[in-house]
Amino acid sequence: MNPELALPILIPLISGAMSVALWRSVRYQRILAVLATALLLAASVWLLRSTMEQGFLVMEMGSWPAPFSIVFVSDILSAIMIVLTGIIGLAIAIYSLASTPRGHEKFGYYPLMHLLLAGVAGSFLTGDIFNLFVWFEVMLLASFALLTLGGERAQMEGAIKYVTLNLFSSAIFLSAVGLLYGTVGTLNMADIAQKVATLEDPSMVTVVSMMFMVSFGIKAAAFPLFFWLPASYHTPQVAVSALFAGLLTKVGVYALYRVFTLIFTQDVEYTHTILLWAATLTMLTGVLGAAAQFEFRRILSFHIVSQIGYMILGLALFTPLAIIGGVFYIMHHIIVKTNLFLVSGIVYRLLGSYELKDLGGVYKERPVLALLFLIPALSLAGIPPLSGFFAKFVVIRAGLEAEAYVVTAIALLVGLLTLYSMIKIWAEVFWKKTPEHVKSLSLLKGDMKKSHMWAYYVPVVGLAACTLYIGLNGQPIYELAEMAADQLMNPELYIEAVLGGAQQ
Amino acid sequence: MESLMAYVVGILFAAAIYMMLRRSIVKLVIGLIMLSNAANLLIFVVSGMTRGAPPLIPEGADAPLGAVADPLPQALILTAIVIAFGVLAFAVVLIRRAYEVVGTDDLDQMKDTDT
Repeated sequence: MNPELALPILIPLISGAMSVALWRSVRYQRILAVLATALLLAASVWLLRSTMEQGFLVMEMGSWPAPFSIVFVSDILSAIMIVLTGIIGLAIAIYSLASTPRGHEKFGYYPLMHLLLAGVAGSFLTGDIFNLFVWFEVMLLASFALLTLGGERAQMEGAIKYVTLNLFSSAIFLSAVGLLYGTVGTLNMADIAQKVATLEDPSMVTVVSMMFMVSFGIKAAAFPLFFWLPASYHTPQVAVSALFAGLLTKVGVYALYRVFTLIFTQDVEYTHTILLWAATLTMLTGVLGAAAQFEFRRILSFHIVSQIGYMILGLALFTPLAIIGGVFYIMHHIIVKTNLFLVSGIVYRLLGSYELKDLGGVYKERPVLALLFLIPALSLAGIPPLSGFFAKFVVIRAGLEAEAYVVTAIALLVGLLTLYSMIKIWAEVFWKKTPEHVKSLSLLKGDMKKSHMWAYYVPVVGLAACTLYIGLNGQPIYELAEMAADQLMNPELYIEAVLGGAQQ
Repeated sequence: MESLMAYVVGILFAAAIYMMLRRSIVKLVIGLIMLSNAANLLIFVVSGMTRGAPPLIPEGADAPLGAVADPLPQALILTAIVIAFGVLAFAVVLIRRAYEVVGTDDLDQMKDTDT
């Protein structure tokens, strides 16, 4: 038995249930939220360590042998994603202490946050395609409720689009699972991979793989199915935005990585070419969308879309180096993007707006905050020596080696436009003078201690430190991504680990 | 029988998408309900429709005697129905709340957050 494999799912589930039991006491819910996410982070690091030692961890539910039972599998990629979930969970829990309005806390903010983390962790660890669907729904339902908590007009309008497209994607996913089951007669991913490889006529599998691509593409916000994201991510309160920005779309990306390296490799020429162009257009439309925006969180939302393109590009090029780049990019992106949203929340706290025209003068009054924005912003744009530089460097190098010159050129151009967007935010929010019509400068200039500012700054500083660590210490992180990519490029290892029957 | 069911599934999908493309949010939710039903029915059809023979193993035997119906699709559909029930209940509450807050049920009027 490997308890560390179950802990990342059990900890948030149990603490979510306990938060419901503590419904009346917001204070205990807050303490529990921080403790539980810290525990989740510790458990995830344990999981990563033992996965690195053993290669794969497999757990069979009810001790039924593998293709008959639901399995939980952890390979290096899953373990990395779980560690990132832990980091983001802890950062958001601390940040929520200060940023979440009292009314939201009373109406189940913390239980929903735990449930969301449980859904995300479950999606990363499951080795069963139908079980993946179930975890997706757990995650989605929690995210629906978090998105609408507060019930403002913009939230309602955003939520309708978010809910509709995500349910549509779930329906396609479910249909695809059904068709796949009808074709190969199994739901265990390793078993599916094994059986798909022996099929005489793989044309049906290609059709099903396209359905998976559309479904996960919607969840990952890939072109042309990303419109729900910029319509909804800027509407909830900022801790929720940051949590979604860090984790939710990446679950879609992870699912794409999982199925398109393990199961659907029978027609790489066809499927991965489509992925390649989807990735390119995702990058381009995302960054152009961002260039046209003048609201802090909307700009960042469009950049999520654009960055998703890089991650899918890593998968689409489908060379070992490209997969390394993609995995590296995911690690870098989750931390940086969450951090940018958290910074936008601090600016909102100080000046009461997200509109760039109502912001300004932050650099003069709060140079530390400006620096804390600059680290993730420049990292996102790919300036050395920050994490984004190495992530982009590996992906682009892989693109050149695969001789996909057009795509690589676009990726470079998108990097430049990202820098443009970040400079736009920098100039408008931090450098220009505070606009005359902004009256509420008291917080900007006033005393910080009154308003729990430490809870705002601790996660931002922590995540900025992670960015710097990845940037300055690229080699071990690269090696980790290399191990993950090595496993992804050799799916027979995964199949062997799950179906080999060596585990108990 | 299977081809008939295939047509039913196809019509359900088509009707669901038609409903989702309407402007009214009520019709949108009806479309979502039909979509989840269509997906459930699809699982039922593609996994093979077997007449009779429940998947029970008689006493003393290790495997069922003769052909039996596959029990797994039912479990999948049941799970999916329960999930869809929860999610759609949320969606119904959401459109009611959206109607109260926005004051219209016309999706074309809900453009504040679009870009």
